Amino acid sequence: MTSPSDIVVDRPSPGVLAITLNRPDALNALRNALLAELAATLDAAAGDDDVRCVVLGGGPKVFAAGADIKEMAALDVVGVLNDCRPGYWAAIRRFPKPIVAAVNGFALGGGCELAMLADIIVAGDNARFGQPEINLGIIPGAGGTQRLVRAVGKPLAMKLVLTGESIDARTALAAGLVAEVTVPELTQERALAIARGIAAKPPIAVRLAKECVLKAFELSLESALDAERKAFALLAATEDRREGIAAFVEKRQPEFKGR
Amino acid sequence: MSYETILFTLEDAVATLTLNRPDRLNSFNAQMHEEIRDALKQVVRGGARALLITGAGRGFCAGQDLSDRNVAADAAMPDLGLSIERGYNPLIRTLRTLELPVICAVNGVAAGAGANLALACDIVFAARSASFIQAFCKLGLVPDSGGTWFLPRLVGTARATALTMLGDKIGAEQAEAWGMIWKCVDDAELLPTAQAAAAHLATQPTAGLALIKRALVSSATHTLDQQLDLERDFQRIAGRTEDYREGVAAFMQKRAPQFKGR
Repeated sequence: MTSPSDIVVDRPSPGVLAITLNRPDALNALRNALLAELAATLDAAAGDDDVRCVVLGGGPKVFAAGADIKEMAALDVVGVLNDCRPGYWAAIRRFPKPIVAAVNGFALGGGCELAMLADIIVAGDNARFGQPEINLGIIPGAGGTQRLVRAVGKPLAMKLVLTGESIDARTALAAGLVAEVTVPELTQERALAIARGIAAKPPIAVRLAKECVLKAFELSLESALDAERKAFALLAATEDRREGIAAFVEKRQPEFKGR
Repeated sequence: MSYETILFTLEDAVATLTLNRPDRLNSFNAQMHEEIRDALKQVVRGGARALLITGAGRGFCAGQDLSDRNVAADAAMPDLGLSIERGYNPLIRTLRTLELPVICAVNGVAAGAGANLALACDIVFAARSASFIQAFCKLGLVPDSGGTWFLPRLVGTARATALTMLGDKIGAEQAEAWGMIWKCVDDAELLPTAQAAAAHLATQPTAGLALIKRALVSSATHTLDQQLDLERDFQRIAGRTEDYREGVAAFMQKRAPQFKGR
């Protein structure tokens, strides 16, 4: 892995892994090295039972302002076809545990796409979301044209993608892009609180629930409902389900074990 | 950057910005917009904890300098929205989001955008001989620089409507009686009074004052429930400042607090 590191990783509380983008001088531009570190960290976290939820944050004024334009400019068509980046994005996309993004300031281009790969976005009221790629003669290349339209609908997605204009946090909340808006000083804290809550839930149920929600974008309603039913049935074989229901009936706190 | 249309000083954490085109009643032109923009950056960079805005000469600010406007019959229709987008709106937004108290000393006539510049400040003092006039309606224009937003909140819709449609001039005493400004003081007392307030505020818990300002600005668009949540959040943040610790410690030890502004 490259040094110095483009991300900072720590464990603020049991079950929660916090990943912070840390290239403040470059507005957290997502260069290959950063995405590689992020993908590797998530790959490791996927198999780590002590990680139950991830908080992904940036700086106080910028989450990530986009891709690293210089790296991108160096690639011709063959270079783009052989690019390593789609592999990194796929690793983030396939991460099986919940990711809560804490977004303050700019989340533009690749930064917006990264935020949208998170399962829940908490935004500071200074946040701005946008896909300004069109201004460079390119288009979003990591889901910007797809996840945005699914989150906010066609008219607003088209406006953002075709004009390169950005929207503020309140607009993003109203459009359904973010789950919650708070004051910038508390964004990270709020994301952590949500992550802590998720980390206390039964991990297998959390994992299957995330999988099922994401299927809404992949499958027809009929197939997705089938998949949901099977996941639901699968959970009947877990200890955590028995514990959860027993604790509810006995009016006590459940103790989940992840099996 | 040396300034021609304004004066700017920053001493003992107090920044003072004086509009300085006295022969034009300190009316705005493009250069003045640019110089104010630069000065407001110095306010933040220079570590000011209070900002005082006033005018040089007999007027405070007469708004837009109309000699800058080409309205010849054969000229193309102007896009006044452009000058608002580039000049006035960023100025008002900056003043409303500056994380320190902004005090205005209205030393004479405040007309058009000049009146609304004053209303955008946090605490407004006016000289007894000063006056406010929403002159826009006499030119076929609409109050800008926040006038249609500030006025109904400050004086109520009935007075705001008459002020902006009749374009009557109102004196400082009337403005104070209506709650449009904080205080009307004798002309000779204006600057000393405003300077004393700025000097005092510059020794106060600036971060806490900035949160008060943010809360009040937010209240305009919030429901009570949203505002209660915001107060909770801001109190959480304020409770972590060094100044809060110092304030409580000084109270318990019965001494004067020494605030650092953070």
